[in-house]
Amino acid sequence: MIDIQNISKWYGTFQVLTDCTTSVTKGEVVVVCGPSGSGKSTLIKCVNGLEPVQQGKITVEDFEVTARGTNLTKLRARIGMVFQHFELYPHMSVRENLCLGQQKVLGRSRDEANAKAEALIDRVGLLPHIDKFPGQLSGGQQQRVAISRSLAMDPIAMLFDEPTSALDPEMINEVLDVMVELAREGMTMMVVTHEMGFARKVADRVIFMDEGHIIEDRQTEAFFGNPESDRAKDFLSKILNH
Amino acid sequence: MNYNWNWGVLFEEEYLGWLISGVGWTFSVALVAWVLALAVGILVGVGRTLPSRPVALLCTTYVEIFRNVPLLVQLFLWYFVLPEIVPSDMGRWMKRDMPNPEYVTAVVGLGLYTASRVAEQVRAGINAVGGGLTSAAYANGLSTAQTYRYVLLPISFRLIVPPMTSEFLTIFKNSSLALTIGLLELTAQSQQIAEYTFQGFEAFTAATVIYVVIALCATVIAQILERHTKIPGFVGKA
Amino acid sequence: MGDFDLSVIIDNLPFLWQGLQLSLLLTFLAVVGGIVLGTLLALMRLSGILPLSLLSAGYVNLIRSVPLILVIFWFYFLVPLALGRPIGGFYSALIAFVMFEAAYYSEIIRAGIQSVRQGQVHAGQATGLNYWQIQRYVVLPQAFRNMVPILVTQGIILFQDTSLVFVVSLRDFMTVSSIVARTEGRLAEMYVFAALVYFVICFAGSLFVRRLQKAKTA
Repeated sequence: MIDIQNISKWYGTFQVLTDCTTSVTKGEVVVVCGPSGSGKSTLIKCVNGLEPVQQGKITVEDFEVTARGTNLTKLRARIGMVFQHFELYPHMSVRENLCLGQQKVLGRSRDEANAKAEALIDRVGLLPHIDKFPGQLSGGQQQRVAISRSLAMDPIAMLFDEPTSALDPEMINEVLDVMVELAREGMTMMVVTHEMGFARKVADRVIFMDEGHIIEDRQTEAFFGNPESDRAKDFLSKILNH
Repeated sequence: MNYNWNWGVLFEEEYLGWLISGVGWTFSVALVAWVLALAVGILVGVGRTLPSRPVALLCTTYVEIFRNVPLLVQLFLWYFVLPEIVPSDMGRWMKRDMPNPEYVTAVVGLGLYTASRVAEQVRAGINAVGGGLTSAAYANGLSTAQTYRYVLLPISFRLIVPPMTSEFLTIFKNSSLALTIGLLELTAQSQQIAEYTFQGFEAFTAATVIYVVIALCATVIAQILERHTKIPGFVGKA
Repeated sequence: MGDFDLSVIIDNLPFLWQGLQLSLLLTFLAVVGGIVLGTLLALMRLSGILPLSLLSAGYVNLIRSVPLILVIFWFYFLVPLALGRPIGGFYSALIAFVMFEAAYYSEIIRAGIQSVRQGQVHAGQATGLNYWQIQRYVVLPQAFRNMVPILVTQGIILFQDTSLVFVVSLRDFMTVSSIVARTEGRLAEMYVFAALVYFVICFAGSLFVRRLQKAKTA
């Protein structure tokens, strides 16, 4: 479904991604991990065109993201993205956050959008808060709302950019639980994260990146049980010792 | 200090009439210029943040030109120079047949000058909203226009209410410059009274008091606006 | 539109230069005076002594509510009266500008002082320094270093403000330009020239400020 071929990206003269190739098939859950500055967030932002690439090709279903003239707006309506800092619209209530995209981009009626919003918010257990503003919610609550906001668009795939990195430890699990459930329902997911427990539980594959290169791209158990590269071994030993 | 006090002169028929007329012109110039400033300023401010390079450059040029020339010089350019450099028919109309040329010039000059300042506030407000929210809006499938309309502009307008009310007050103060092209607004009238009656203290105090009252009203309006536009729990990255 | 006659400008260059010198001199003196008085006002405001604080706040808010032209008229009227004798226009104007700009500078300086971390003040207190010493040796040096770009920007604004001495016919660059314009009957050339001169100076100033700001964050 998501096909990334030989992409390279520069910020000025600094090369942030070098010849990255990978893919995500329908229903697969792929975790992207690696040290800071490895380019994993950048990679995921290239998938829905938030970041342009200078070389290479990215396709999502029948959209060629890297081609000129592609209607990126249409593509982004079909892929959901969850950000590290939640990025809910602060001047709108939870309900309005979920309905905006549905009404203005998908053209749904107000009642349709509302019904969907309520159903999704209820699934993450936040229905009593639906008319509150993001500033009145905790970080974990905001992130769950953010996930629901993306789901409201009925996406074919979901991208997660370090969804739990900005959360206090006691709130990480409530968000991960939502993501696990999503994975078990068959959503195609590409997740940048440090949460290896999550990876072991639901990821089909793990991609390890370092300094803009994809170093390893293997089945989950194979990666954790027997990492091939020294950098991956080093990284895992540091992370798993918490 | 050798001075004869006579506060009563302010309430004499003629001079009171001058003061009231001056206040009227001040308000008139300031308010109409403010509308013009908002209309143009918001467009230019948004234009500076748009991804299109030529548009952004055009708007930046506008702001730099209007910011780096004193308002007095700008007014003179509009009033004295413009009629000379447009086609002679139009120039003649401007000099002779246009109703109230001092007023129109003051409004246009003050409005476009203030627009450049409004543009800067709007730009700062949009930039303060932050790239993360913009990315989120795009990721949600919103187009550029929709992102501006539903996310960037609503939030940035709320953020810039305090500096904007300051601009609103400034336009009242700057309206005094219209006296240099002959518009008898409040400051001009107070000076007239001072010259006619030699009661400078009283005359200038009257003008001062009126400006202070205007400033106080602007502050009250600002506080009311701020209370109504507060986003619960949002602090903003000003 | 007739011909653009540059000779008007060239012939009157010495006269115009005199006017510009006055504008620059007025600006410089008013900046210095404004910063000195502004700092005093800011310190008064932050001193915690109620009467000083109220006096400063009252003054600043009063000045910031009224137009500069009115303040110029005030001082032109008031200063000779207070001194009991006529005084040169330049001095009345200078006093007016210092009193006016000090209010604006005091707000900038007050913000600058408040931007210095409380921890710094505590460190000074812990060493046994008193309020004025802490301000002089710890807070103000840091505050001013942070504020240099904004102070310069305010200086550029002040330079533009000096054009207003036109209303009392003090012979600054603006007044001189308009005198030449009227006597030679060449309004367009003179006012466009004046606009260009102001633009070049102010724009150059703003570029300088931008470099200062980059140096600060480097």
